[in-house]
Amino acid sequence: MIKLEYYLIVSTLMFFIGIFGFITRKSMIAILISLELVLNAVEINFAAFNRYLFPEQMEGMFFTIFGIAITAAETAVALAIIINAYRLIGDININDATKMKG
Amino acid sequence: MEYSILILITPLFLFLFLGLVGGKLRPNIAGIIGTLGMGFCAVLAYSVAYQYFFVIGKTADSWQSIMPINFEWLRFTELLHIDLGILLDPISVMMLVVITTVSFMVHIYSLGYMHGEVGFQRYYALLSLFSFSMLGLVVATNIFQMYIFWELVGVSSYSLIGFYYQKPSAVLASKKAFIVTRFADLGFLVGILILSYYTKTFDFATLTANNAELVISSFAGGTFMGMSLVSVALALIFMGGAGKSAMFPLHIWLPDAMEGPTPVSALIHAATMVVAGVFLVARLFPVYFFAAPDVLTMIAYIGAFTALFAAVIAITQTDIKRVLAFSTISQIAYMMAALGVSKYGDHDGLGYMASMFHLFTHAFFKALLFLGAGSVIHAVHSNEMKDMGNLHKYMKITSITFLIACLAIAGIPPFSGFFSKDEILAAAFHNQPIIFWTLWIVAGLTAFYMFRLYFGIFFNGKRDYEHKPHESGLPMAIPLMILAVFSVFTGLIPFSEFISSDNKPFEMHIDMVVASLSVVAAIVGIVVAYTMYFKDSNKPAAVAARLKGLYTASLNKFYLDEVWMFITKKVIFNCVSRPIAWFDRHVIDGTMDNIANVTQKASHRVRGLQSGQMQRYVAFLVAGTILIAILVLIFV
Repeated sequence: MIKLEYYLIVSTLMFFIGIFGFITRKSMIAILISLELVLNAVEINFAAFNRYLFPEQMEGMFFTIFGIAITAAETAVALAIIINAYRLIGDININDATKMKG
Repeated sequence: MEYSILILITPLFLFLFLGLVGGKLRPNIAGIIGTLGMGFCAVLAYSVAYQYFFVIGKTADSWQSIMPINFEWLRFTELLHIDLGILLDPISVMMLVVITTVSFMVHIYSLGYMHGEVGFQRYYALLSLFSFSMLGLVVATNIFQMYIFWELVGVSSYSLIGFYYQKPSAVLASKKAFIVTRFADLGFLVGILILSYYTKTFDFATLTANNAELVISSFAGGTFMGMSLVSVALALIFMGGAGKSAMFPLHIWLPDAMEGPTPVSALIHAATMVVAGVFLVARLFPVYFFAAPDVLTMIAYIGAFTALFAAVIAITQTDIKRVLAFSTISQIAYMMAALGVSKYGDHDGLGYMASMFHLFTHAFFKALLFLGAGSVIHAVHSNEMKDMGNLHKYMKITSITFLIACLAIAGIPPFSGFFSKDEILAAAFHNQPIIFWTLWIVAGLTAFYMFRLYFGIFFNGKRDYEHKPHESGLPMAIPLMILAVFSVFTGLIPFSEFISSDNKPFEMHIDMVVASLSVVAAIVGIVVAYTMYFKDSNKPAAVAARLKGLYTASLNKFYLDEVWMFITKKVIFNCVSRPIAWFDRHVIDGTMDNIANVTQKASHRVRGLQSGQMQRYVAFLVAGTILIAILVLIFV
């Protein structure tokens, strides 16, 4: 059986890759993808801990599914915002979205 | 008597009305509204005077003080509260009559004199404001109310002197008047504070009750720099009065104040505001007499000196309004001197009564002189005597009324000035011979310079006019005639029946010795003036050459303006104001500026962090989280 640590290593890598992408990417789409990586890393953690620590319970799994649903909704909203931002500023570079800066 | 409040409310309302909506009215309408309002005021004042003097004022053997209205206006603590109200007693009722009468006359006169001036409505609004403040001043029930109205009078005088605000000299004069009187008022305020700190009251009635025993007992011999504290307080209060009443050496603003329109000079700088100082001393007379007789003596000497000093200057001035201004200073100083030599009670209080009497008669004949001068200025468009002469032919009414006023001020019987001046001289004669002789000389000088003025304007001098001067219209002639009637007959009022130092009527009689001395002085003055100025002659020039030093000194007003200029510009500016300004700019402002600069720079630095870029925020967040995690791992 695969050890818990391997799951955790994968999820940690995904998490930090996501963070790194979130901080460094300029395209809003890329940032959104990075965000998905972060969230999915968290969901892997939920599933793995649930499986190894409390196998007779299902809360972790439910949380994972709940998280996936939330992520989907959030992605839809984020994409809508990005499309509107593109219409407004003609670009999806995050540095150009400065309209509301004081 | 509650309706006496209307005497105050009417002019206040007129001021607000004319000040706010006057600009939309036609000038004449605004003027007529102002005049009618003031006429209404005058009628009310006469009715109050009638009621007071003939119906309710007299109890058993003395005049009572009535307070129809008195309410608490500001309350700070149990002891410290400021009241506003109306106090009716013989002198305040007398002042009501004087102010409303002269003010009404000036309102009528201005309809003609100021006709077609820019800002006619503003002029009437300011006249109403002045009347309101002056009336409020005389009916004040306590010294603080008086102070409030005192400042209001000052500010309305300021704006009326500077009425022609496009003229730099008028602006300078108004500033000078304001600053000099304000400087004196500082003394007044400090005096009020010292006095009320010890006596715990502002009320005139309480202060003067029972021979001012409250003042004497509450000060109980405290001293300050060798003078008793009560004397210091009262001297400071007198300083305020000296500023408003143009006593030496604070008189310098009054001659310059003649830059204002002539009717204003008649109202403010001859008849009403400048006697506020005399009124103040009279109001507190028992306090001065019983608590600080030394200050009263000082007032007498300052008054006598100022009277002489101003009379000497008046002889050489060539601007007719300035001659009248110095004459005003001299006459007010006469009243001050009379108060100074007065004793208390019955016939000893003759000086007090004489001072008020002279205030009363002087208001009318001096207003008449100014209005007459205004009429002349209106006709020849100049203030200088060299541009006038032989006007008797052209301006009969002005000439005759002016002559009446000159006779009155010179003290020729039976004109009003004779009676009041005679009482002053009699009071001085029996108390302070030095002051009597000074005032006697002044009486002669007064007659001399007034007739120099009269002959110079109406007889001798310039003959050929490009435009023929003509008599002024009815609005200007009628007040002249009414005031002339007052100037002739007010002397016949048995004044001592109404006004006395202890409010008990007494009999006054004309002292034949003093009367004949004063008449001799006046006649000598007139005759000398007649020989020198009635016809063209070289006598004035010869006398001026003989007394060259005195003549130039007098022409330059004894260089007092220059002395003040030196003191303020060279001494105060350089030694006091500049260091203070430097300290203010570099130390106080510098500290504040530095604090502001440091804050601003720091915020500039910090501001870079708040970039609005989500990614940087997240980077900081992650870095912070990692840092905390490492710390937790190391230390826990």
